[in-house]
Amino acid sequence: MAQPIRVVLTKPGIDGHDVGVKIVARGLRDAGMEVIYTGLRVEIAEAVRTALQEDAQVIGIANASGQHVSMAAEMKRQLAEAGAEEILVIVGGILLKEDIDQLREMGILGAFPPGTPIEKIVEFINLNVPQTRVPQAGAS
Amino acid sequence: MNKIDKIEKEKVFKTGSGRPVKAVYGPEDLKDWDFNEKVGVPGEYPFTRGVHPEMYRTRTWTRRQVVGFGTALESNERNRYVIANGPTGISNDYDVPTLIGLDSDDPLAKGEVGRMGVAIDTLQDMRDLLDGIDLNKISVSQTINPPAPILLGMFVATAQERGYKLENMAGTSQNDALKEFYAQKTFVFPPKPQVRFTCDVVEYCSKNMPRWNGININGYNIRETGATAPQEMAYAFAQAVTYFEDLLARGLSIDDVAPRFSFIFQINNDFFEEIAKFRAGRRYWARMLKERFGAKDPKSWRMRMHVQTAGSTMTYQQPEVNIVRGTIQALAGACGGVQSMAVAGFDEALSIPSEKAHRLSLRTQQVIIHESGVCNTVDPLAGSYYVETLTNQIEEEIDDWMRQIDGRGGALACVESGWLEQNVSDYAHQYQMEIASKERIVVGVNEYQMENEDYDVQTFRVGEDSEREQLRRLAKVKESRDRALVEERLDGLRRTAASGANILEDVISAVKVMATEGEIINALADVVGRHKASAIV
Repeated sequence: MAQPIRVVLTKPGIDGHDVGVKIVARGLRDAGMEVIYTGLRVEIAEAVRTALQEDAQVIGIANASGQHVSMAAEMKRQLAEAGAEEILVIVGGILLKEDIDQLREMGILGAFPPGTPIEKIVEFINLNVPQTRVPQAGAS
Repeated sequence: MNKIDKIEKEKVFKTGSGRPVKAVYGPEDLKDWDFNEKVGVPGEYPFTRGVHPEMYRTRTWTRRQVVGFGTALESNERNRYVIANGPTGISNDYDVPTLIGLDSDDPLAKGEVGRMGVAIDTLQDMRDLLDGIDLNKISVSQTINPPAPILLGMFVATAQERGYKLENMAGTSQNDALKEFYAQKTFVFPPKPQVRFTCDVVEYCSKNMPRWNGININGYNIRETGATAPQEMAYAFAQAVTYFEDLLARGLSIDDVAPRFSFIFQINNDFFEEIAKFRAGRRYWARMLKERFGAKDPKSWRMRMHVQTAGSTMTYQQPEVNIVRGTIQALAGACGGVQSMAVAGFDEALSIPSEKAHRLSLRTQQVIIHESGVCNTVDPLAGSYYVETLTNQIEEEIDDWMRQIDGRGGALACVESGWLEQNVSDYAHQYQMEIASKERIVVGVNEYQMENEDYDVQTFRVGEDSEREQLRRLAKVKESRDRALVEERLDGLRRTAASGANILEDVISAVKVMATEGEIINALADVVGRHKASAIV
């Protein structure tokens, strides 16, 4: 049987706007995914560690202060350094058109501004995460 | 089956907060209802109709636009621009580092300096922020919570330097830190010592600044996080009760402190429910102060409120439509009898407001005041079967929540256990599900969308130079101050904090020798520790 997709959602930086990320967390759970939410004021390195420990296939960054591009770039860099480039990075929050364009150039196609229906995020993850996942040794 | 029944069969009608609504309301809905007891006379107990006898006929509400970005110099310019357009008060938002007590040169502050509000590190920033503004004429609202003693201290120092009398200074410290733990999330200290510092500000103001609201109980952020209208009121009141208990234990009387308790609430989209919420809230507060706390001064019974239209209802899609939402919400505020108002910028979901958005927010209120006619008479919806029924229902639900919170040991205990946060998250989730299923329609979001929408809105972005400039300003202050004197004052503050006495005088004296906000926060955290975030979903 297919393993559920594991998603780490994180809120790097220091602002407290977490209504959106919490709603996304519940929505992805309702869609059958396993969601680990790191909580607020988490450093990128800590989120990457969590994703590796939790064997996540997706890592989602929430931000409300227009720092998506720099945060996503740092996340990508650290994932590459850890040899985990295959983890899908998605971002959500107050995203302007130019942010979305810049993220696209960085290869991040999952950029979700306010008002995005949860099913669109679910669909994106399902399309971009390989479904035939071999459970790792030791995993149940 | 008549036609109305058929429609009701097909669709459930309910308010924004999920309360079922009937097709028609009439006298049978208000059977045991006594007009004089429940509604009465404007300006008199229980203040259902408003806190002044003639309301907007003698004085319209204060138009208070929120300003805050970049350095103090940049925000000062915008403060002056806003004042030139008519308001009698300014309201400043601070950047996230300032809100959580970090200096601009803290590594964690990188990228956030001046971004979502103005950066304040030292007294010099406060001087510049208020430069050229007549503090005898313009009231100043500080949207700051855990660091409220420091920001108030900087204001006091600035006002004194400029020769103003503290007793004439009008303004507000938001200073409602309990909601930080489950709503705005800009917490610093653990809940218990936080309540104490909050009450230190209230106590200082009650003794030295009679025209300053030392606390502004915040339902707004609770609602923005997902609460319903009755939860917004009840949770705010429960927080007020916690502060009252602390202040009474200091030997202050309820009539010493309650008259300067003010409130900030949100105005959401459901027109009649929001009006009823303001009416029910005033009535509940008056009864609670009189009956539960034994307040004798009518000023203690009056709930004065600032309101803001709901930032969370401002859509990213088709942003100009938000001007319409803001108008409907502001109209509900006017019909609800509020004392002060801010209309969210129509570009709220995209950026902090542009000058154009600021102007339109003011114009919205000016059109309501001068052209709509709703300010001609007091509490125009009194006696409406529907609005009075809603007012009764919301009052009952506020009471029900208050009893539950009291039963769980009060707001402080409910913050510590996470119960309040869970309730708010639950409704936020339910609401979102209703949007997803189209049970609720949000124009432009789940209906009436535009394909490949290209918004034609000039968004405001803080210049990249602001952070660098603020770092330069802070470095300059740090170079020119007497480091030993700063340490001496911070040590004094630590001793006072450890003794349990009021910290305000020590904070003010530290501010005056250019101790930074971050240094003062750290000194206090040395004594009381810091709060660790939860990850409740």
